Amino acid sequence: MTAPWNPDELMTVAAARLLWDRCVCFVGIGLPSAAANLARRTHAPNIVLIYESGTVGTRPDVLPLSIGDGELADTATAVVPLPEVFAYWLQGGRIDVGFLGAAQIDRFGNLNSTVIGDYARPRTRLPGAGGAPEIAAHARQTFIVLKQTPRAFVPRLDFCSSAGFMEGHGSRTRSGAVGAGPQVVITDLGMLRPAPDTEELQLVGCFEGVSVARVEQATGWPLKVADHVEVIAPPTEEELRILRDLHARTRAAHGSRIRVPY
Amino acid sequence: MNLMGLADAVAGLVRDGQMIAMEGFTHLIPFAAGHEIIRQRKTDLHLVRMTPDIIYDQMIGAGCARALTFSWGGNPGVGSLHRLRDAVERQWPRPIAIVEHSHAGMAASYTAGASNLPFGVLRGYIGTDLARVNPQVKAVTCPYTGESIATVPALRPDLTIIHAQQADRAGNVLLRGILGVQKEAAMAGRQLLVTVEEIVDRLDAPVNAVVLPDWVVTAIACVPGGAYPSYAQGYYARDNAFYLAWDEISRDREHFGRWMDEHVLGTNGHAAFLRSVGVPSSRNGEEV
Repeated sequence: MTAPWNPDELMTVAAARLLWDRCVCFVGIGLPSAAANLARRTHAPNIVLIYESGTVGTRPDVLPLSIGDGELADTATAVVPLPEVFAYWLQGGRIDVGFLGAAQIDRFGNLNSTVIGDYARPRTRLPGAGGAPEIAAHARQTFIVLKQTPRAFVPRLDFCSSAGFMEGHGSRTRSGAVGAGPQVVITDLGMLRPAPDTEELQLVGCFEGVSVARVEQATGWPLKVADHVEVIAPPTEEELRILRDLHARTRAAHGSRIRVPY
Repeated sequence: MNLMGLADAVAGLVRDGQMIAMEGFTHLIPFAAGHEIIRQRKTDLHLVRMTPDIIYDQMIGAGCARALTFSWGGNPGVGSLHRLRDAVERQWPRPIAIVEHSHAGMAASYTAGASNLPFGVLRGYIGTDLARVNPQVKAVTCPYTGESIATVPALRPDLTIIHAQQADRAGNVLLRGILGVQKEAAMAGRQLLVTVEEIVDRLDAPVNAVVLPDWVVTAIACVPGGAYPSYAQGYYARDNAFYLAWDEISRDREHFGRWMDEHVLGTNGHAAFLRSVGVPSSRNGEEV
């Protein structure tokens, strides 16, 4: 039997549930943006969404394709210059949750979104860090979403684009990073949280039908498992309906023709 | 300030080998100016831009660039910039040197440049490898608290190019909507070229709007639709379908080359480019 949802939907719904009403959330494009807007349309109607393009308190009706679609500006409380977003809002300590994805993660929640292979002669050149180094340092906490495979969950990053708990055991606190770092990693198999003493990520939840052994196999290091691993409730019909409506409206909007006054 | 045609402005202001910043954070990206630089076969440029986007993918693929300073090089919401990747991974069509920052670092660099300071400061790059691969990222000790704070050198491009909604006949420029680092890049540049959607008798500017006065602008070129396929708030929307389509066009060197030959090198200006890619004009009453 196949599940009536896909892995992206599973992750999006699980991530959305972690956000709370009036939470100030620095949102990245893609899955984080879908999750934050799903939360806004379900249990967190007053969530404050900030995109790094400078749109503060935006309430888009369709998901933006880019970080700065006009929809975000049209529906924002304020649109501010980019240096201000990073200086006053992020570095100023006004962000509750920074939402990050990546190509690679290690056991301490450090992330790579820059290169696979050697930096000077990369096997794969990825887009790069963008806002992530400072989001990871200054948001009160970060949430991370990525699919769990041994290629993504690696013993050693090819490049560190943004710091999680660094070497663990308090090294983050000693570094001068202000925020509390990655408090949760949501994957298509389950959920990881840092252990309080070592700060190493450990498995705390699995989606229905996913065994701990399967998550261990999808992890490129010997995965620590919490004493109690909860079963994460699958998406409800209501959550799926709202999310799919959002995606359907988005696809229609992104395919429409544009007229230009020339 | 000089009001001139775009081809003349690019011919007069862009020199091979210069450092050129073309900003626009998803909004008001100066595509028409980038295409004109490609048409005029400018080369050895050090391109600067926070988010290289499709316009730099095209310029890099066309061989205009020897170096790139940037902080995020992807097709937003779509994936990779394949021409940038080809240049970095396989040195095609030529090797490209990269100077890589974070967004906050680039913002601080432009702000320092605009402020005539030698460097910008930020609590940045903490625990990352960016400082290891980019020797420009250094640190100072705060004279008040003794903390170590990251620094980035000021950016002072030879020429900054931005797109805006309006200029008046005196050459004052109005921008609104998502502004990114356009104002900082404009003020950091030694010269400033602005392309605009229209020239108006009076700017539609509320108090505290972003206006660049005519005396900080080197030249203005009126290029309706000059930000397409990005957008100009109040004039036209972002063509997200084009951004999605670019992934396919840019993946393959030959496909990319054919597309550039037909639509950029084979057209004599931006209106011709827009017609060649089939963009309906709202001015001529064309049906979608």
